[in-house]
Amino acid sequence: MKNLKMMAALGLLLASTGAWAEYGLNMTPGVTEFSQIAYGLHMKILWICVAIGVLVFGVMIYSMIAHRKSKGAQPAQFSHSTTAEIVWTIIPILILVYMAYPATKALITMEAPRDKADLIVKVTGFQWRWRYDYLNEDVSFISSLDAESNRVRQLKSGEDPSQVKDYLLNVDHPLVLPVGKQVKFLLTADDVIHSWWVPALGWKRDAIPGFVNEAWTKIEKPGIYRGQCAELCGRDHGFMPIVIKAVTPEEFEAWVAEQKKSAVAGRVQPIADQS
Amino acid sequence: MSSVAHAEGHDHKPEGFLDRWLFTTNHKDIGTLYLVFSLTMFIIGGAMAMVIRAELFMPGMQLVDPAFFNQMTTMHALIMVFGAVMPAFVGLANWMIPMMVGAPDMALPRMNNWSFWILPFAFTMLLSTLFMDGGAPAAGWTLYPPLVLQGGNSFAFAIFAVHLLGISSIMGAINIIATILNMRAPGMNLLNMPLFVWTWLITAFLLIAVMPVLAGGVTMLLTDKFFGTSFFNAAGGGDPVMYQHIFWFFGHPEVYIMILPAFGVVSEILPTFSRKPLFGYTSMVYASASIAFLSFIVWSHHMFTVGMPLGGELFFMYATMVIAVPTGVKIFNWVATMWKGAMTFETPMLFAVGFVIMFTIGGFSGLMLAIAPADFQYHDTYFVVAHFHYVLVTGAVYAIMAGVYYWLPKWTGHMYDERLGKIHFWWSTIAVNVLFFPQHFLGLAGMPRRIPDYSVQFAEFNMISSIGGFAFGLAQIFFVYIVWKTVKGGKPAEARAWEGAKGLEWTVPSPAPHHTFETPPEIKPDMIAHPSNAH
Repeated sequence: MKNLKMMAALGLLLASTGAWAEYGLNMTPGVTEFSQIAYGLHMKILWICVAIGVLVFGVMIYSMIAHRKSKGAQPAQFSHSTTAEIVWTIIPILILVYMAYPATKALITMEAPRDKADLIVKVTGFQWRWRYDYLNEDVSFISSLDAESNRVRQLKSGEDPSQVKDYLLNVDHPLVLPVGKQVKFLLTADDVIHSWWVPALGWKRDAIPGFVNEAWTKIEKPGIYRGQCAELCGRDHGFMPIVIKAVTPEEFEAWVAEQKKSAVAGRVQPIADQS
Repeated sequence: MSSVAHAEGHDHKPEGFLDRWLFTTNHKDIGTLYLVFSLTMFIIGGAMAMVIRAELFMPGMQLVDPAFFNQMTTMHALIMVFGAVMPAFVGLANWMIPMMVGAPDMALPRMNNWSFWILPFAFTMLLSTLFMDGGAPAAGWTLYPPLVLQGGNSFAFAIFAVHLLGISSIMGAINIIATILNMRAPGMNLLNMPLFVWTWLITAFLLIAVMPVLAGGVTMLLTDKFFGTSFFNAAGGGDPVMYQHIFWFFGHPEVYIMILPAFGVVSEILPTFSRKPLFGYTSMVYASASIAFLSFIVWSHHMFTVGMPLGGELFFMYATMVIAVPTGVKIFNWVATMWKGAMTFETPMLFAVGFVIMFTIGGFSGLMLAIAPADFQYHDTYFVVAHFHYVLVTGAVYAIMAGVYYWLPKWTGHMYDERLGKIHFWWSTIAVNVLFFPQHFLGLAGMPRRIPDYSVQFAEFNMISSIGGFAFGLAQIFFVYIVWKTVKGGKPAEARAWEGAKGLEWTVPSPAPHHTFETPPEIKPDMIAHPSNAH
């Protein structure tokens, strides 16, 4: 009974995602084609599951109320029905096919070979930072947890994380990307397996030492998009965030030019300077 | 107290404590040992979960170092999987299978003793790594390289412990198969067996198939760390992802090893308290076998984000979705078993019904996770944590609790306190949903799993979840008290402790005498647990 109420409450909550957005109840549609595909599939499967749940739990709950010994129910003695068995094998198969069709289409879209990349970024995970190399632009830098978060997150720091802006989701040097451009990521790692995940892009992909994974994105909207390492990578796994700053192509060009001029800020440096 | 036990002429319990427990070859005593051991591990693993939830109660690092936090998540899982859930089902199997098939004992009683007594040593060793230089394994229970190889030399002890657990499980599985196939009383043919026996038979084959795979995988980790091999090191020509394939080829059948016997327990309890035969007995058997088969061909759905070719992703997505069909058949059969019954809701029934509802919720999130394009988002988030705790806690653990309440009168000769049992159920069920339901939201909103600290946007649901966690933990201490109280005394239980109970185990007195069925019973139709299939 409680669970049905919970399901209903969940349904209501999801139906009014706008009002609840700040509590982070649901997946967000994100800002790429892929993230919208993932979101659409997620909602579709979720509602199918809610519908099946309401039906199955409804029957159970009715039965538990109506067919009680204390109400004088006499137990029936039936124990099989071939028709019923066939029906509840075939119907789930049909529902699964109905789910598999859009899922297949989505996978094919997401994995389709692409020939032209406007920009190639090599992402290297290592304990516990990300290094970004813009392969055709001669721009490279390391992106680490911002100093403020890093100070507050120390054990028994006694400081209030809610006073830190974007606690644990902020970095010193964000990854700057142009909107509307095909960006190809080459992901790898130096030490252990990491996983590069920005929910607004709609996927995560493992960064594996000795191997190079490929992933694509085309961001539709300028903005700041935050994510985290998603594969346990050791002590500070929780403290290697990812920040994307998506800007217009013109701003991006200007940023690249500036990076090339000033070889100081954010360039790859020996990594022993932070703990 | 055991005066009723002399129905079969003698009740020769060994006298001394060591003779009774250390050297035992009696399936009931070994079953008790398994169950007590499992409960102990459940409390220890639960204590680790309390550390995790306490650290996650608020944003910021208040209690433990992140490295220790990782040891806690890793050890919590290893202990709950290998120390609490699996031994609990082996304990139930030891106690009940011989009595359910009319056998005097397990087929290989001395090996049975050995299978059990390996466990305390294995877990002592595994737990002792917490105090060693280098600490306990901290790379998650999946022990993924290269991360796991960064640990200290204590890793060798953890690997050896895993080897021992594998040996114990394989011996236990051999024993169960040998018992079921060779020791059934005349007339107890395969399709007369209770479903619990059937699901355990299938589970035992899964164990024999996959425990050696795990042993091989962790041995390669061992040689990579200590003997300079490069199975999983790309610099030496190996591949870290190969470990994941090996691990999950073990790991996915492993999750069915933990849930199939649960299906069996629930399939015994629902008919009893519905006072109505189990619906679709034969299809239940076929569904269990199908699930076991499918469990071998879905492993890569744990690895959708490692960078697989499209064909691989499609295959593993489809194969995973197909599991929903036999699982659905089981759930529908359970609902049909309850339909038009004459139900009462004693504690075992409450836990069984709770199992069906909440396991189904875990099944729904499992179906969502199967959808590869959406899994690119769900993978390694709290959504996954919520999913597998729904299937393992409100699934496997609830079935174990249901089984314990159901058979406790048979084991102890006393009825447990029904009022306390019901309080335990409602307390646990409210707490467990407060604990795990919000974790769905956390995962969808973007919180990765296995992190000791989080962004403040996740603060509310983490606090709610932690409160649920503490309440659930406390409820299990209460459970220990209820069991203890029942062992010590209580209303005497009849041979057939439940009005609607069917099956051979209810034809022997309560408590069951030390030796049962020394001569095979004559199987009459009304002794068969699910007689409806007698055609």
